[in-house]
Amino acid sequence: MMPDDRTSQIVIAPPDSGAVMHGGPARPTGEESGILHENEASPTQPTLWLIAVRDTRDRAAFMQLFDHFGPRLKAMLIRGGLRDGSAEDVVQDVMLTVWHKAAQFDPHRAEASAWIYRIARNRRIDLARRKPPPEPDPLAEPEGSEPDAPQILALGQEATLLRRALEALSPDQAKVLEQAYFEDLPHSRISEMTGLPLGTIKSRIRLGLERLRRDLKDLRQP
Amino acid sequence: MTAITHHIPDDLLDAHVTGNLPHAFSVVVAAHLSLCDACRARAEAAEMLGGALLDRVAPTSMSPGAKERLLAALEDAPPPTTPIARSGIFPAPVMQALDGQPPKWRMLGGGIRQQILSADREGSLRLLYIPAGRAVPEHSHGGLELTLVLQGSFSDSEGRFGVGDVETAGDEVDHQPIAGMEGPCICLAATDAPLRFRAMIPRLLQPLFRI
Repeated sequence: MMPDDRTSQIVIAPPDSGAVMHGGPARPTGEESGILHENEASPTQPTLWLIAVRDTRDRAAFMQLFDHFGPRLKAMLIRGGLRDGSAEDVVQDVMLTVWHKAAQFDPHRAEASAWIYRIARNRRIDLARRKPPPEPDPLAEPEGSEPDAPQILALGQEATLLRRALEALSPDQAKVLEQAYFEDLPHSRISEMTGLPLGTIKSRIRLGLERLRRDLKDLRQP
Repeated sequence: MTAITHHIPDDLLDAHVTGNLPHAFSVVVAAHLSLCDACRARAEAAEMLGGALLDRVAPTSMSPGAKERLLAALEDAPPPTTPIARSGIFPAPVMQALDGQPPKWRMLGGGIRQQILSADREGSLRLLYIPAGRAVPEHSHGGLELTLVLQGSFSDSEGRFGVGDVETAGDEVDHQPIAGMEGPCICLAATDAPLRFRAMIPRLLQPLFRI
């Protein structure tokens, strides 16, 4: 289980270690230690861009998002079987959806990359089946609720650990994941994903999100 | 309402999140996620992994005019969307499958009613209405059956299933769900092969009712 005060896990780096780079060799591996530098737990740059798009319709930030995700989405869609030209068209659709639906982005529950992944996946399903995929009832935050910084921080921290665990997978393990998320992995092979050593991190993300939901419910039903 | 105790298995949830689950099953999963915070959190954790994978994929460069094209398109009004929201006991994904209309039940005999919401090569999706205390004819199926309770409850050899609970039955399960006595049970069920009934008469009727 997760400790209640999640922020206590974040150890702020001493000043003399400020030059240590992301992923640099001098850093302890966070998965065992659970220790992260402060900047690793803050929202990712794309998440900050997306918040700027959401809150102020910031076009410069949107172009940064496009520069970052456009070529990655295109690569993902080509992996999924689209030709170059159609992949670009879908990237345009996805990025326009990002622009129009930015108001729905909630940094307590997702990073920009996960939110954009979902939009791209839905678009791919829509095109393949000629009907939009089912989406669960939207969750509304209570009116006028303030951003919950510790929750956003905790999510960012788990996401960093998840990325680090991903780097540590063998090429074969990473390939199964990429096939499932970008291509079509037969249902019979999906269960291979369950055995990968990411389960603990995914459960911690899940617990964090569940706690957030409980908090929101309490706010809605005082 | 009692707490949800029967959830979506890991492999089906992963298949849903990655877009690898046939439509009929995805509707059941999305309807369950509308009712179950625990599974919604699991799904969102799985989406975080999708985001992390997207972040580290080797980029493919976009064509030169792509950015200008996108900038120009920002001026266009967003495409009109008419989202279909939940209504009564039916979460949004079910209302979408119903095209926003109330169910049009067809009698199956014995007071049992159904409406088929979609059927294709990969599976079929239906709503079932079972009067209180009534049993659905004993059946097994060629493949997977995913049943979500939307109202009332049913019990079978696998346990009791209340609102929000989902039963995952493989072809090994030979079950006979009986609706609870508290009232009619309404379920959403996806199957990937026609159901096989044990009794002779229902089997003969099967092509007729597509149950």
